[in-house]
Amino acid sequence: MSVTREEVAKIAALARIKVDEHDLDRMVPEFNNLLAWVEQLGEVDTSAVEPMTAVIPQKLRLRADVVDADPLTGGGKRDAVLANAPVAEHGFFGVPKVIE
Amino acid sequence: MTSLTDLGVKALRDGVAAGQFSAVEVAEAFNAAVAEAAQLNAFIVTTPDAALDAARAVDADRAAGKPLGKMAGVPIGMKDLFATKGVQTTAASHILEGFTPQYESTVSQKLWDAGAGMLGKLNLDQFAMGSSNETSYFGNVISPWRRNDGGNAPLAPGGSSGGSSAAIAARLCPAATGTDTGGSIRQPAAFTGISGIKPTYGRCSRWGIVAFASSLDQAGPMARSVEDCAIMLEAMAGFDPKDSTSLDLPVPDWSAALNADLRGKKVGIPREYRMDGTDPEILASWDAGIAWLKDAGAEVVEVSLPHTKYALPAYYIVAPAEASSNLARYDGVRYGLRDLPDGAGLQDMYAATRAAGFGPEVKRRIMLGTYVLSAGFYDAYYTQAMKLRTLIQRDFTEAFKTCDVILAPTTPTAAFALGEKTEDPLAMYLNDVFSVPASLAGLPAMSVPAGLNKDGLPLGLQIIGPAFDEQGVLNAGLAIEQRAGFTAKPEKWW
Repeated sequence: MSVTREEVAKIAALARIKVDEHDLDRMVPEFNNLLAWVEQLGEVDTSAVEPMTAVIPQKLRLRADVVDADPLTGGGKRDAVLANAPVAEHGFFGVPKVIE
Repeated sequence: MTSLTDLGVKALRDGVAAGQFSAVEVAEAFNAAVAEAAQLNAFIVTTPDAALDAARAVDADRAAGKPLGKMAGVPIGMKDLFATKGVQTTAASHILEGFTPQYESTVSQKLWDAGAGMLGKLNLDQFAMGSSNETSYFGNVISPWRRNDGGNAPLAPGGSSGGSSAAIAARLCPAATGTDTGGSIRQPAAFTGISGIKPTYGRCSRWGIVAFASSLDQAGPMARSVEDCAIMLEAMAGFDPKDSTSLDLPVPDWSAALNADLRGKKVGIPREYRMDGTDPEILASWDAGIAWLKDAGAEVVEVSLPHTKYALPAYYIVAPAEASSNLARYDGVRYGLRDLPDGAGLQDMYAATRAAGFGPEVKRRIMLGTYVLSAGFYDAYYTQAMKLRTLIQRDFTEAFKTCDVILAPTTPTAAFALGEKTEDPLAMYLNDVFSVPASLAGLPAMSVPAGLNKDGLPLGLQIIGPAFDEQGVLNAGLAIEQRAGFTAKPEKWW
């Protein structure tokens, strides 16, 4: 399977990465090279194989249903959460206007 | 007297405990070595004060007669993928440049609790995506090793833990943290003549490690001896409720149980790893490894891992798929870079920020991952890759019915020159051909130095064990270490 220039542009849009025309020229053959290479996985008959869901079998744990079960990952950390935000105002993340 | 910077983890810790030298003297010696080695570009930031503060605390504890930790007085390098409170953590990316975590990763905290100090944050491939440390936003790391042809071509230290491997080989630190997603501890260790172990998936908490491919990412120690790796792994490993895939198992005392007597053990040699195009010197080192393990008392048996050739393509679907999801968080809103062109809306800001903040290899993998997860292609690519992953793991399970550990080369070649493989992503990916299968199966695997090739460059041997059997891996590694007698070190030119 190979992808067209338009398809690579669409993938970039889905991935929220702005790509200019020059980058696209480079990316299309690279992409098709990689896809042609991974295509070999199709040789293997896997109709009777289950896809892996966990590399080491484990039961997913549930934490205790209490507020701030772990103080490190609990709430009440607004300032720490905002500390690295490019724009933070009035205790919120700042973003460009999204609603007219 | 041997220089302090030539000593390893155990020698430093025991020397500090015995009062042969103080932890502050050790930290000062390594801080000076780090400061002299800017040319190697192994560190993104150095933290000499952090190293000294930790050392003073250890010296004070010793003076007060308090018990000392497993890593007390040992300054280490911290791969810049671990969140360190108050110290910039970038994953070697522009998008996280200036990011200052408000919390400490579990693994780094455990190391500080064990008495280690931090010399600085080590360079790496951007978001740990690379095999040569050439994708870092902060420039290439230069290996301290040079070919013996007098040409002085700068060589790759391996990747992604290339700052870690270069710093340890150059005696800038006795040990460092690494992370391994598809070989990022083992391959750089092999390229630089040091040891490194990726433990069983889940041994070390992923909490606070910048995520690349969460079902594969695993932290581990890198150092210059098997015993040093064992000691440091004891300090790094352990159950962490903050990581949903953390193993709820006790941490064995691996260093105390080290035993290079392999009588009664079987070592499997996977026939599919004899690949066309493998460097004959690598094959010769593999044969030497087989002879060493026989000498240690092991019986050598041939095993088959029939799906080996599919491991790398499966990895390059699974890892980018997970990366595309994990890296979605870098959006210019919550942390890191924001690029807001004039008049741009939210979507344009995301796209501009990610275009400016990610390097070409990171973009390539995010886009590949986005594609293989997209509607209409998910089953053909992602589901098929995860089925292959089941088969690859099954191959190992079958093989371990007839052997205790597997011996293989770590890499298909010795270190290559910087720039040699950057034009062709696929050629770079193929460097991980021997390391990726164990990653896909979540198994413990380590690289130990085997010797030098004719160019004077180190070659590594890889030992892979069944899940949870780090001890068996370390023991076989020790048997090789004792027989390989690897004492070569790069001549100081920096």
